[in-house]
Amino acid sequence: MSWIDLFRKSKRNTAATAKERLQIIISHERTRQSQPDLISAMQTEILNIIAKYLDIPHEKINEQVKVDVERRGEHSVLELNITLPESIS
Amino acid sequence: MAEVIVVTSGKGGVGKTTSSAALGTGLALKGYKTVVVDFDVGLRNLDLIMGCERRVVYDLVNVVKEEASLNQALIKDKRLENLFVLPASQTRDKDALDKDGVARVIEELKTANFDYIICDSPAGIEKGALMALYFADRAIVVTNPEVSSVRDSDRILGILASKSKRAEEKLDPIREHLLVTRYAPNRVERGDMLALSDIEELLAIPLLGVIPESPAVLRASNSGVPVTFDQESDAGQAYLDAVDRFLGHKIPLRFVNTKKRTLLQRLFKSKDKEGVGA
Repeated sequence: MSWIDLFRKSKRNTAATAKERLQIIISHERTRQSQPDLISAMQTEILNIIAKYLDIPHEKINEQVKVDVERRGEHSVLELNITLPESIS
Repeated sequence: MAEVIVVTSGKGGVGKTTSSAALGTGLALKGYKTVVVDFDVGLRNLDLIMGCERRVVYDLVNVVKEEASLNQALIKDKRLENLFVLPASQTRDKDALDKDGVARVIEELKTANFDYIICDSPAGIEKGALMALYFADRAIVVTNPEVSSVRDSDRILGILASKSKRAEEKLDPIREHLLVTRYAPNRVERGDMLALSDIEELLAIPLLGVIPESPAVLRASNSGVPVTFDQESDAGQAYLDAVDRFLGHKIPLRFVNTKKRTLLQRLFKSKDKEGVGA
């Protein structure tokens, strides 16, 4: 601290911000670590169900069915995007 | 009985090699036969920090591949009788290490009556880092008071608990120790740096020591003399304290609070010693 700091307004406490951000991300990553294959297992099952009811060629299933998990604030959103074959729609 | 210690962090540049060299030197100073093994295949640097770079002939990969004997590859420290370095290879890549080969080298080191086998891990969470931590009995997690370092340390703690030999064989878990390096109490006081208590709370493992940000660390690496030999310096003393705690002694923390300065000192600050108080 030099003499000029004595006159300066106290700045935002960035260390406190760092701690808050770390608390959130670390707890999130710890829960994910304990169930790493959950999403991919669910994804496989969802794809199997879709393949059972819709006539989508096996090699195209990854193109026509998209499974995404997205974080929005406090929640995680599982997003399913299925492109239906023309014959159905 | 020999103990295998991994010095790890996930993130690079936080002071793993400096700490491996300093703690190894400290343990040897206390009379324990100690070897520091460089697992950073392809980017060896422990030899430079320990000041034995011109004496490297064979390396860890040579011993793993049985191209050289352990005794040919071990470099004996010129200052301490009971301190040794096992350098990494500079020319190969990390895939040159395999579990069976590393297991054999560690067994051989145990047979050679080492008390402590310190594995200096490379950064990252790939093969070299996994090999360095796989056989560990204890882990020293080196962390800087900075967001990316703390997050990566937490990630490494998860890996220690799931991918080590002790985890796979369901033995007692690896004993984890937190070593905070580059700590600047004056910046913590200003609210510009994560406080020790924050890091301890976030990572929730026992604290081994706090090494203050110190010009002595760069001076030590410049000259290839582990900072523990510089017992005048704050960092050297802090590493020796950490070694004592590692051996089970209760030692109060030093260098974690700012020195109270008089008004005159505050007006004419001394740049060199700023903020590092006893």
